Amino acid sequence: MRKKQYRLHQSDLSSLLENLRRRGYQPYGPQRRDHAIEWLPLDGIHQLPAGWTTTTAPATYRMQERSDQALFGYWTGPDSLKKLLHPPEACLLKAEYNGGVRFVRQAPAEVKRAFIGVRACDLAAVAALDRVLLSDRWVDDIYQANRNGALLIAVNCTSSAPTCFCASMGSGPRARSGYDIALTERVGDGSSEFLAEPGSEAGASILEELTALAAPAGWEKEAEESCQSAAAAQTRAVDASSAPAVIDRTFDHPRWDQTARRCLACGNCTSVCPTCFCVNIEERNALDLRSAERLRVWDSCFTQAFTYIHGGSIRTTPKSRYRQWLSHKLARWQEQFGMPGCTGCGRCIAWCPAGIDITEEMAALEASSGSTYPTGVSTHGN
Amino acid sequence: MSLLVETTAAAGRPTWETVPGRIAAVSKETHDTFTLQVEPPPGDPVARFRPGQFSMLYVPGVGELPISISGDPGHRELLTYTIRSVGQVTYQIVTRKPGDFIGLRGPFGTPWPVEEARGKNVLIVAGGIGLAPLRPAIYHVLRHRGEYGRLVILYGGRSPRDLLYRKEFAAWGMLPDIQAMATVDYGGVSWRGHVGVVTTLFRHVRLQPAETVAMLCGPEIMMRYATRELESRGFAQGQIHLSMERNMKCATGHCGHCQMGQFFVCKDGPVFPYSQMKPYMDLYEL
Repeated sequence: MRKKQYRLHQSDLSSLLENLRRRGYQPYGPQRRDHAIEWLPLDGIHQLPAGWTTTTAPATYRMQERSDQALFGYWTGPDSLKKLLHPPEACLLKAEYNGGVRFVRQAPAEVKRAFIGVRACDLAAVAALDRVLLSDRWVDDIYQANRNGALLIAVNCTSSAPTCFCASMGSGPRARSGYDIALTERVGDGSSEFLAEPGSEAGASILEELTALAAPAGWEKEAEESCQSAAAAQTRAVDASSAPAVIDRTFDHPRWDQTARRCLACGNCTSVCPTCFCVNIEERNALDLRSAERLRVWDSCFTQAFTYIHGGSIRTTPKSRYRQWLSHKLARWQEQFGMPGCTGCGRCIAWCPAGIDITEEMAALEASSGSTYPTGVSTHGN
Repeated sequence: MSLLVETTAAAGRPTWETVPGRIAAVSKETHDTFTLQVEPPPGDPVARFRPGQFSMLYVPGVGELPISISGDPGHRELLTYTIRSVGQVTYQIVTRKPGDFIGLRGPFGTPWPVEEARGKNVLIVAGGIGLAPLRPAIYHVLRHRGEYGRLVILYGGRSPRDLLYRKEFAAWGMLPDIQAMATVDYGGVSWRGHVGVVTTLFRHVRLQPAETVAMLCGPEIMMRYATRELESRGFAQGQIHLSMERNMKCATGHCGHCQMGQFFVCKDGPVFPYSQMKPYMDLYEL
């Protein structure tokens, strides 16, 4: 059965916020702050970045004014839902000294938040985090509490940024699953209208309460066509299916050395990546020394300490760390979790200060990965 | 790979839930290595371990480390850990006094294939502190002596003063059908045993590759040569099992630190069949 599709006017978005609040959700939306798009609590529709867009290129991210007043006429910013669902800092445990020691841990409470404007690539990223943190042998209960309370309102991409390659990763530009409501913006003169499709029961019931207007015939087809033309306009691509094999036979490829000369091992790519989940644990002692907290903080495989064991770190060079990161995203993740760890959002390309481009790296490895570099043969002496 | 871990590990308990363990005894093994006996809360699943598994030991305000359990799996009222004091956290653990508390999580990881090895000979190859994670497997074989064939224990250390469990090791060697041999890199004047790396002991023992399961733990360089040596002597890759070490923060596959190729050493290991590790053993900075 075809799902009912609705027509929303820009003014209906205010009712949408109202509706979400009534249901106990704190709305979040993309907003312009510090010259970038950022996920922030959304008090009103006026806070959306109407009339703004972003231009991206390797090592470049700029906000620019558009010629129209599109609300969602920009692409992904440096942050993603990872920031809110798998927060950069979380308290895991408190140890209280009272002669002995007492470990106090509060089960994390569900946080109800509705995210308006989630791109297809970021829906795929949430699915990837779900797989790692919820559907593996152990469950991360902090992520679980945040995720259970999350309502996802997607916005389809009807155009692509120069750094986008979601089409090749199969994650976008159109949201296919994992959303509660998917919107396609139709920019008009001064205000926008939206094709709205429910993706869950919650989404359907919200839309039913908002409007009785069905989407005009042809809107769905037009949405599909604009998303397809956005996909066709993408100039970057990764061959996701061949990537694991290419990576397997290029462990000692000289390309890694060349890239390592540019890589600063700064960890920007892992910070902006919507699927990079690695964390470290820090101890915070209370000033009175009567208790200590264990804090979980985002970590990056680009740091020297990441692989430290007694005697030294395993990955001492930026070369090995970049290779680990790219290999994990495009090959190992597939083996570990049955899906790629990259969604094609392009953030790592734009936010790399050296402009290292994962699609260019893969293309270079693929182009020259003959039988010269068989897997398992090291050029280093043992 | 054994899937039994899922039921024996503390599954169902939130990842970060930590229980207090009371230190019952601390004894000095060598100049830098100590064995701790820790009393878990009565009946707590943290004590339900299988040979080769590890716990996360937490010193509040200092940090947490993965430490293999080195005690007898048949005695679960006390958890035993043998720890070399080489860093902040290990120093803080070994300087605890009886009656002090540390935090415990676990047990985590894959066990030694003691079930698979039933009816076969068992070859233990240990290097340095690597004997500690293997000791529960030795205890298991001794406790179920009739179910296993010969037990060969080959142990290499840097010098005589670095060898662990020396009295116990000598006693193992006196038992019937057990061969226990140690070797050191530097002997000194009073050492009358073998000198050389642990692989030099292979020629002194009857290995019977077809009916033997090998379990190895030690520095990676030692395991690299030991596996090569065993393969050249006719061991199939699936008969050799290794315990690997990597940086671990969570022990549940969520922190990312312990990744080795496609594996998370904490949850897919630390004990791996050599067939899984072989492609990675020679990759520098993997």
